[in-house]
Amino acid sequence: MWRDLGLVVLPLLAVLAVLPAVYDNGALLLNFVVFLVLAQGLNLTYGFSGYLPFGYVGFFGAGAYGFAMSVTLAGAPPLLGVLAGGGASLLVGLLLTPLLRLQGAYFGLASLAAAEALLHLIGNPNLQPVTGGPYGVKLQAGYAPLLTYALALAILALTMLLVAWLRHARFGLRLLAARDDALAAAMAGIDIVRGRLVIWLASALAAGLIGAVFAWRTATFFPDAVFDLNFSIFAIVFTLFGGAGTLAGPVFGVLLLYGLYNAIGLSAPQYFQLAYGVLIMLLALFFPEGLAGIARRIADG
Amino acid sequence: MTSALLEIAGLHAGYGSIRVLWGVDLAVRTGETAVLLGANGAGKTTLLKCLAGLLPARGGAIRWRGEDITRLPARVRVRRGLCHMSELGIFPDLTIAENLDLGALFVDRATARRRRAELYTLFPILAERRHAAAATLSGGQRKMLGIARALAAEPALLAMDEPSAGLSPKLVGTVIESLARCRAAGLALLIAEQNVRFLDLADTVFTLEGGRAAAALTPDAVRQDDRLRRAYFGMGM
Repeated sequence: MWRDLGLVVLPLLAVLAVLPAVYDNGALLLNFVVFLVLAQGLNLTYGFSGYLPFGYVGFFGAGAYGFAMSVTLAGAPPLLGVLAGGGASLLVGLLLTPLLRLQGAYFGLASLAAAEALLHLIGNPNLQPVTGGPYGVKLQAGYAPLLTYALALAILALTMLLVAWLRHARFGLRLLAARDDALAAAMAGIDIVRGRLVIWLASALAAGLIGAVFAWRTATFFPDAVFDLNFSIFAIVFTLFGGAGTLAGPVFGVLLLYGLYNAIGLSAPQYFQLAYGVLIMLLALFFPEGLAGIARRIADG
Repeated sequence: MTSALLEIAGLHAGYGSIRVLWGVDLAVRTGETAVLLGANGAGKTTLLKCLAGLLPARGGAIRWRGEDITRLPARVRVRRGLCHMSELGIFPDLTIAENLDLGALFVDRATARRRRAELYTLFPILAERRHAAAATLSGGQRKMLGIARALAAEPALLAMDEPSAGLSPKLVGTVIESLARCRAAGLALLIAEQNVRFLDLADTVFTLEGGRAAAALTPDAVRQDDRLRRAYFGMGM
């Protein structure tokens, strides 16, 4: 646990904390942190309970709208709004708990459908007075680049601490056992339902909190911008590429792939898509456990 | 006579429209070893599943230390000391050490540590390969791990479904030896078996036929009964 913190969490946070002083594209830095949180949040549910929610962006969008609505409708201060965003994602997570009865692709598709349903509920023109409907949100919460960045880092720290703790605690071991074989876990005396529920809500909360911070920073957005399926896809690809269930894997996944995306994805999208596709295929074919799997093979000789 | 640790009374169970158990009666006292004999399809596995809480009973009662546990979920029974060992019992993707930790989830840490040391002495092969994934173990070693994991939970009674299945005669000997040591330490056992060597461990023997358990027999009575011998162990003993 301390080794994980010293080797992965602290160095990453230290670099991210110093970067704004030497690199002036703050929006890009924030996006990196957003994807780091989303990848680690997805890592919580996929790495530790085996559920792969394609609709993970639904929590992100719920957090963004929880923030926006609490600020615009209730006049909440932005910091409280971030908590409201987290609360909104927890609520959505609770409403979706019946999905945990499904498995594999069925669960993935059902969570995707749920995220789409939430998008269309919020984007409903009849709800314009409440949610802004299809015309989106225009916030007056105040532009606070440093504060939002610091908040994003704090959320990242908490999410990674949770992952690091789970990798060493008995609770994490129970989750892994239930992921491996639910029946055998029940026969080992493990409360499977409770474990899965806790990790599902924690994962939802991480996405919701960072969605709220994203909304604060962005200030003006349309519903399909915060319910953009690309958030889910990126988070899944980064996590799997790096290695689910590990702490450093998703970090390297984000740094490498999101770095690649920003380096050539916008200037030369055709080559980016090609490089991306080939890279992911190669990894899936030869290293299904991601970058972490490669590291482990090297370590094992 | 001490009161029963485990008491099964008039247990009915089945799958869909198929009835397998038609009123099974069986009792195991504290520290006692009971062997459950039955041909394939007699209902041994069904009985053990009911006992573990993996299959709901359709009638009758299961009592544990005098308390009715017929409706308790599987995980609660384990925590009360009623454990079950089968091939299902191990987690292939986790290491051997992690598998043993999972067995000891509900035991305090000091006891768990002492217990683990004992189990590594009992099963040296597990100590040797403690950081390897359980999937890399052979069939016999997995069985050892299954037993060790169940024992790590410090059960009062361990129910086992054919611990000898798929093992070489030498490994069967090792399993029996380790079970004998657990028995000497006060563990009650309920072993569903077809291998005659397990009679050496038994205090009582129950035969399961047509979904009903006959009255308790002594191991000697089984050994001397030609019909039982033929029915369960073939002619070779």
